[in-house]
Amino acid sequence: MPYPLKRLLAFPLVMFGVSVFVFIAIRLVPGDAITAMLGTESGLLTPAQREALTAYFGLDQNIFVQFWRWLAGVVQGDFGISTTYGQPVLRVIFDHFPLTLELAVLSMLLSLVIGLPAGIYAATHKDRPGDLAVRVIAMLGQSTPGFVVGLLLIFSLSVFFGVLPRMGSFVPFRQDPVGNLAQMILPALTLGTAFAAAVIRVSRSAMLDILSEDYVRTARSKGLSRRRVIWRHALPNALIPLVTLSGVEFGYLLGGAVLVEQIFALPGLGRVVLDAIQQRDYALVQGTILFIAFNFMVVNLLVDLAYAALDPRIRFETK
Amino acid sequence: MSLLRDLLRHPSGRIGLIITVLFLLAAVAGKAGLSPFDPLAQDRLARLQAPSASHLFGTDMFGRDVLSRLMVGVAQSFIVSFFSVAVATLAGTVLGLTAAWYGGLWDGIVMRLMDVLLAFPAILLALLIIAIMGPSGWTSILAIAIVYTPIFTRVVRGPALSLKRRDFVDAARSFGSSRRYIMSRHLALNLVAPLTVQITLALAWALITEAGLSFLGLGTQPPQASLGLMLADARNLMEMAPWLLLVPAVALSFAVLGFNLLGDALRDLLDPKTRRALA
Repeated sequence: MPYPLKRLLAFPLVMFGVSVFVFIAIRLVPGDAITAMLGTESGLLTPAQREALTAYFGLDQNIFVQFWRWLAGVVQGDFGISTTYGQPVLRVIFDHFPLTLELAVLSMLLSLVIGLPAGIYAATHKDRPGDLAVRVIAMLGQSTPGFVVGLLLIFSLSVFFGVLPRMGSFVPFRQDPVGNLAQMILPALTLGTAFAAAVIRVSRSAMLDILSEDYVRTARSKGLSRRRVIWRHALPNALIPLVTLSGVEFGYLLGGAVLVEQIFALPGLGRVVLDAIQQRDYALVQGTILFIAFNFMVVNLLVDLAYAALDPRIRFETK
Repeated sequence: MSLLRDLLRHPSGRIGLIITVLFLLAAVAGKAGLSPFDPLAQDRLARLQAPSASHLFGTDMFGRDVLSRLMVGVAQSFIVSFFSVAVATLAGTVLGLTAAWYGGLWDGIVMRLMDVLLAFPAILLALLIIAIMGPSGWTSILAIAIVYTPIFTRVVRGPALSLKRRDFVDAARSFGSSRRYIMSRHLALNLVAPLTVQITLALAWALITEAGLSFLGLGTQPPQASLGLMLADARNLMEMAPWLLLVPAVALSFAVLGFNLLGDALRDLLDPKTRRALA
């Protein structure tokens, strides 16, 4: 069976596995949703009120019925109702996802804009001081966790420039694009550091591999300029591994925003998940994690397919 | 031992080894009670003191010595990383080897299960596991181990599949060697090279993940010290007492850097392709 087809067929199976896993996992968390939702006020509930609430959220059914109802709903786009927000889960997700998506896209763009030229520069100046500097910076970037970068950025801004990034209130892009970007640039840099380092390393080594290929030497010996050979002959081929890297990393950026959103107090999906777990908001945890896992898998699938299209060697390999 | 000599000759291997050994020494000394002060002892008269001769890295908001806390914090981070990577390596090796060897249904079940785990971004999966088990150092170990098991399973299964068809395995089988013997002797030993590289890199990720979890308050619990907790404590005091932020930040980055450099060097040395190029 060709590899892409195999991946497509496995997709629903794995998604089902993910939903079972999430469903069971959140029910293993100690504590019940009604108490978590109402806090101390839950002590004021009469047994009848408590029962009514439990029935309203469908928590009185046995676990198989609950799972079946939930899954049947999910397939129809109904993820249930969040106990903390008192809104449909999908609504909560779509309210908070744009921010996380913007964060991921911005940090990806920043990483590529910084990483790709740096990687090409290092490859074309191999073993010279510039190359060494780029490699040291990449290694440090790879070794410093994103949230530490974030803390150090906030620290340097406040100490050297006396400003603090705007926190607490979030400006949506549609209302104020400039204010929004100004607010998002630090979080995006924070989230993108590790990825930028990876871009530098991958583009450098891909470029080095290709620059030693025969066809590049042929192009040079035909009298083409060095610049033209690098940009027209070598670069397009060096981009192939970068496509894979970007795809895989994009999935991580979407899910990995939890810490960055926490540091910069941004109301994104990562914060929603973190709060939902603490509040035992079953439906919300299930919905958001399934949503994130779904995105992650779709992106990975697309990357695999794109990779197979770009590199015929992969197409027929059945792993 | 020849690998150690090669590592010392490799530029990034040498630096990585030196950094890692230094951190290990600090961690062992911290655990053995050789830190200059008691890492938990509070001294209200000596709160938020800048670095000085008596407190090399200053003191924190409770007057605790930052250097001492750093030493036990590094130890805690290393313990969580080592144990979680050890569990992940063991589980991944067993799952990957048996999946490759038996194939068929078992292979299908194991690999789909790993696909399910891989469908979660790492920190999210760890959060979910910690939500179930309650935050503690041990939960962090388990959570990080579960996150990295699929990676090791894949790293082992691929080479094991190709090794399985090699002549020396056939030969062993025809001698009448048992399956368990072949798996543990011939297959596992040949997987040492790819595993070593993966383990070193996983240690670097585990350090980062552990610090992130502790930073969120979901890993090591106060008053115990860990790098992530020290960073979380420093958040609101960074302008007044920058050393509280800079000391653990630099320490964490360098600890991760040490493993990353080691991993890179090992990949150069153990991969036959680059090995020839180096020689």
